Amino acid sequence: MSALVTESRFPDPDRAYRALIEAHRGLSDEQSAALNSSLVLILANHIGDPAVFQEALALAKQSLEQTRSAPG
Amino acid sequence: MNTRRILYQFGYRRCADQDHPSPARHPVIVVGAGPVGLCTAIDLAQRGIPVVLLDDADRIGEGSRGICYAKRTLEILDRLGVADPCLERGVTWKLGKVFQRDEQLYAFDLLPEDGHKMPAFINLQQYYLEHALVERAAELPHLEIRWRNKVSALKRRNDGVTLTIETPEGSYDLDADWVVAADGARSALRGMLGLDFRGEVFEDRFLIADVKMKGDFPPERWFWFDPPFHDGRSALLHKQPDDVWRIDLQLGPDADATAEQAPERVIPRIRQMLGHDAFTLEWVSVYTFQCRRLERFVHGRVVFAGDAAHQVSPFGARGANSGIQDAENLAWKLAFVIGGEAPESLIDTYDAERSAAADENIGHSTRSTDFIAPRSAQELRFRDAVLALARHAPFAKRMVNSGRLSMPSTYETSLSTPDEDDWSGSARLGAPVPDAPMRTVSGEPIWLLEALGSEETLIHVPNGSPPPSGKHVIVIGHDLIDPEGFFTRRFDATPGSTYLVRPDQHLAARWRHTTAEAIARASNRMKNLEHRT
Repeated sequence: MSALVTESRFPDPDRAYRALIEAHRGLSDEQSAALNSSLVLILANHIGDPAVFQEALALAKQSLEQTRSAPG
Repeated sequence: MNTRRILYQFGYRRCADQDHPSPARHPVIVVGAGPVGLCTAIDLAQRGIPVVLLDDADRIGEGSRGICYAKRTLEILDRLGVADPCLERGVTWKLGKVFQRDEQLYAFDLLPEDGHKMPAFINLQQYYLEHALVERAAELPHLEIRWRNKVSALKRRNDGVTLTIETPEGSYDLDADWVVAADGARSALRGMLGLDFRGEVFEDRFLIADVKMKGDFPPERWFWFDPPFHDGRSALLHKQPDDVWRIDLQLGPDADATAEQAPERVIPRIRQMLGHDAFTLEWVSVYTFQCRRLERFVHGRVVFAGDAAHQVSPFGARGANSGIQDAENLAWKLAFVIGGEAPESLIDTYDAERSAAADENIGHSTRSTDFIAPRSAQELRFRDAVLALARHAPFAKRMVNSGRLSMPSTYETSLSTPDEDDWSGSARLGAPVPDAPMRTVSGEPIWLLEALGSEETLIHVPNGSPPPSGKHVIVIGHDLIDPEGFFTRRFDATPGSTYLVRPDQHLAARWRHTTAEAIARASNRMKNLEHRT
């Protein structure tokens, strides 16, 4: 059974991050949100494993709560 | 528009039970003469169980309401003797198209397979189905319909139920061994038992308009997301008999139900959709919906079926279809229990099997609703992203959800004997067996499901050994011929294969090679007798 990989996988993570930033550069918040929505759907399908997908959702939710409860 | 025209009127008639000094006792009383109550009563009566069917009204009113009847429902109706008038009048369709704006995203074909008696779907106004059922009920000696008999009180006893019934001539009491509550989404019986009816409420309002016109549209299901004639919402167009078209328009959560039903509001919307004025309004209704169910469908000797037990959104045609499948599941079990062929615990398997089916239906219809009526800006973004991606990526096309149309449930049930052999083909344990075109020994064409009828049946493929014995045995090649091989392929049949089919035509057990003892065990298990000695 496969599990969500949270170890770093890109040979150059900075470049991967940069690719994401470039895709969004110049977009309005609304356009960015639409782009992200497409991207999530494409990547989720690529994963294609409901259990891994659930793990990814849980991790994202967890980080969201941490952001919310962070002081300041 | 709000007063419903009367299409068929029936008469109240005084019955002998009203003059009884003490309550007359009946094995089964069915409450509610809608499609579910009528199907339950007819199925029971066909099985020789006397039934009294009570309804608080005395008419079938206009308003097409449920319009889509799925293949499995038609197979059930055929067994009940009412499929022919429905098929003659109904619009047979199998193609669906999904549009975004004015562009077609994709089309689907529901039944690309030959060799089935029944089509994938027909569209038919609910009142035509009800009328056909009432006519069929009138032919059955064991079935008595009592119009304007309204249940006003219910008292549970250990071995039955006492109902108090109001009529135009006063009230009377009846005793029943079993009561089937098929009295609809606002079930009075559910209220009398104080049962919770919980689930998810959806806020979006939808407008249903049935319009009469001579249209050029083919008999297909057309669904639009964000159509050019109805900005930002969804729309559905679907053909019914008599040149009537069902139009379903999403109005949003803030729409005013009364104002939206006014012809001066409805007509311009439809004119915009059709691009012309050449139509008349038959029926208009604004609705919201809920997906909810009773926690249990069986409460002692009171059994809930159809909308009284569970409610879904209309996307996917799961209301009437699942209700009629409830009726079929319950009827044979009640008949077996009343006839002493099975223990009372068999009725608990109705709860188990049809609860699972209700959950499946509620799940499908909730997910369709999420897609059709997104509730937040982000839900809308995901929906629109799926629609946009659907043009380029096959995975997104599969996510487009304009209603997943009703399919029969495969029961994961204790009544089935688990497979010991490997099987391919389309027959599945716990599911209704697939139909197949067969011939009788004298060469007459007959469908497999017609040959099965309403009885527990063994189907056997000969291999030289003596065939199994039972009340109803079909030996392939002797009793029925499989001229085109449909049966063999769909059942993955080989010499020696034996299949046990339930009285509701679901597959209960199958073997490559078997023994009389194994068949007897499976047959007992199917009646919930297995664990008794």
